[in-house]
Amino acid sequence: MSQDISSSPPPTAAAKLVFGSRFIAAARRRRTLETRYKALPKPARALLVLVLVVFIYLLPSLNLPIIPTSSDFTALLAIIIVPYVLVALGLNVVVGMAGLLDLGYVGFYAVGAYSLAILTSRHATVPWLISIPISVGISMLAGVLLGAPTLRLRGDYLAIVTLGFGEIIRLLAKSSDWMGAQSGIGNIKSPPNIGPIKFSGTIHERNIAFYYLAVTFVVVVFFFLRRLESSRVGRSWTAIREDEDAAELMGVPTFKFKLWAFAIGAGIGGLSGTLYASNVRFINPDNFLLKLSILFLAAVVLGGPGNMVGVMLGAVAVSYLPERLRFLNTSRYFWFGVLLMVMMVFRPQGLLPRKLRARIKPRDSDVPAFVDVSEGDPDLEGGSHGTATA
Amino acid sequence: MTFEGFLSRFWPSTITGLVLGAVYALVALGYTLVYGVLRLINFANSEVFMLSAFGSFLTIEVLNIPQRLSDGGDPVKTGWELIGILALCLLVSALIGGISAVIVERVAYRPLRKRNAPRLVFLISAIGASFAISEAVGEWGPQRRKEYALTKFFKKEQLFKIFGADVYNSNLIVVIGAAVMALALVLFVSKSRVGRGIRAVAQDAETAKLMGVNVDRIILITFLVGGLMAGGAAFLYEIHTPFARYDVGFSIGVKAFTAAVLGGIGNVRGALLGGLLLGLIESWGSSLFGSDQNIGNVAAFVTLVLVLMVRPSGLLGESLGRSKA
Repeated sequence: MSQDISSSPPPTAAAKLVFGSRFIAAARRRRTLETRYKALPKPARALLVLVLVVFIYLLPSLNLPIIPTSSDFTALLAIIIVPYVLVALGLNVVVGMAGLLDLGYVGFYAVGAYSLAILTSRHATVPWLISIPISVGISMLAGVLLGAPTLRLRGDYLAIVTLGFGEIIRLLAKSSDWMGAQSGIGNIKSPPNIGPIKFSGTIHERNIAFYYLAVTFVVVVFFFLRRLESSRVGRSWTAIREDEDAAELMGVPTFKFKLWAFAIGAGIGGLSGTLYASNVRFINPDNFLLKLSILFLAAVVLGGPGNMVGVMLGAVAVSYLPERLRFLNTSRYFWFGVLLMVMMVFRPQGLLPRKLRARIKPRDSDVPAFVDVSEGDPDLEGGSHGTATA
Repeated sequence: MTFEGFLSRFWPSTITGLVLGAVYALVALGYTLVYGVLRLINFANSEVFMLSAFGSFLTIEVLNIPQRLSDGGDPVKTGWELIGILALCLLVSALIGGISAVIVERVAYRPLRKRNAPRLVFLISAIGASFAISEAVGEWGPQRRKEYALTKFFKKEQLFKIFGADVYNSNLIVVIGAAVMALALVLFVSKSRVGRGIRAVAQDAETAKLMGVNVDRIILITFLVGGLMAGGAAFLYEIHTPFARYDVGFSIGVKAFTAAVLGGIGNVRGALLGGLLLGLIESWGSSLFGSDQNIGNVAAFVTLVLVLMVRPSGLLGESLGRSKA
């Protein structure tokens, strides 16, 4: 099967294929790295994470070879790549953890961005630090408002309703003068300077500052979600994703937890939107096209839905590859599409697939510490016709 | 909100709505058939539409139809020759659609099906295919990223009035063409042997396989038929609005998929009803809230949400297998 894929594009595609397989190879290596990492004692693991985080913070200042794509790599990191990672983490809550297909995630991103724009520029001058939590709150509220009537629907219906939501938000912004209509909103406030981190300095200083801010958001959100994942909420999401009916029968209030997944996902999407808005300082409805939702979803699925490290990797791939392919000029999105198809054929479970493990606390000695549930993905399995009646 | 304006424009906007709705209905058939058989949103159906739109433009240019049909410098209005040429273009456009849908199935879906991949993966592969096709046309297509306008080859003429609303010959062509295609499809699915196979696979693929249905072939035919419908719709749409661009498929695709869901996805009659309703709602919506096209789209989506809240599986329910058509 792989042959008829690789033979269809012209010879230049070979380079792209090599590039794709390099990613996959990296992912495979990580798999073994992961087991080795798990075997380390706790302090060593903490140290490793710390080193990694520090490395990520220093990334723009290190002047690494090969990796940077443009003259202003910091800007790329701060404006595109890291916000994508944040969005992917948020969408992963909805799609990967709770198993709800959301095609209109850009809607929440837009709600966050517009809330910040309206609060700090168009209709009020609320300080940045205060507007951020308000904007995130508004995004979460939007998530609840969208979720309450629609979360009772089945998967594909939910997908189209969310898609509609994403489009409605954009169209409303486009036709309402209160939200700046087509011309958008400018002069959005930046965060206040913190010592040497200047949000109001030169362009480079500004990008560095935003990079630090974005990475900080990602780190905070990552650890928040990691805790959440292993809490009652996270376990309920897993149960819902695997089999909603069974979860309901076991006493999981499925609707409530699905609504939570929507709200938290929306909140993170909104946070990312505020980051975007305060960085570019000018937004208009064309920044929030539906295509963006699809790219976000591609990041999650490419990385391996449900695996947070995986989706972060997927987000980097989706945001970085088009830049890496920039030498192809305007045709790079074509190659990106081809690459998506090829990667799905060779690695349909994503770069880092989720490992399904039901964690059981070893209270009784006869209960094993870990029980492998399955590697499969019954909820999402539709390639076969097993879900005909689901 | 201009209610009086809405009343005075009611019949004209109804006619526009019907024309749009006929196109949506045909494209929605493609989504609904594939969904019925594979439980898969065929995201690339919109690009099949776009390819056919370009294909029919090229056919018209290659055959030099505007020249042939001209009547002393003026495009002709009616006549058998025009009908023949329209039917030919419709056929060519539909064939382009069918063939490209089959290619998409081969390249983007079949390898995944063989591996029994999770459903989301199909969606991403479809998105990849959709990206690749539309970008390829935007990059290397006839007008690159600019709009491609069709040379007029027949004269738009008012034929008669219904309740004071003008009915043009182009409107009639679209509606009649769509009705013929939809009827053919309904008969094909409900009466023919292959149609029975499609319904069987939609109902229970495993059992159908055990009963000797060649599931792979049925899936291929389903894509082919869906592509034929999208291709025909593309040509009809070009009669209504004679422009095409590399990204024309996207908004039509979203609208058509919405229509399919509105009527009950997987249900052939549902797709037809949903398409017509969506076209009407969109047209009425934009005439009720001012001429803004956006508001029409918002109205369409809001209606969808409201309908799904009351009838969670669409207006006519979702069963390709059980319904008679």
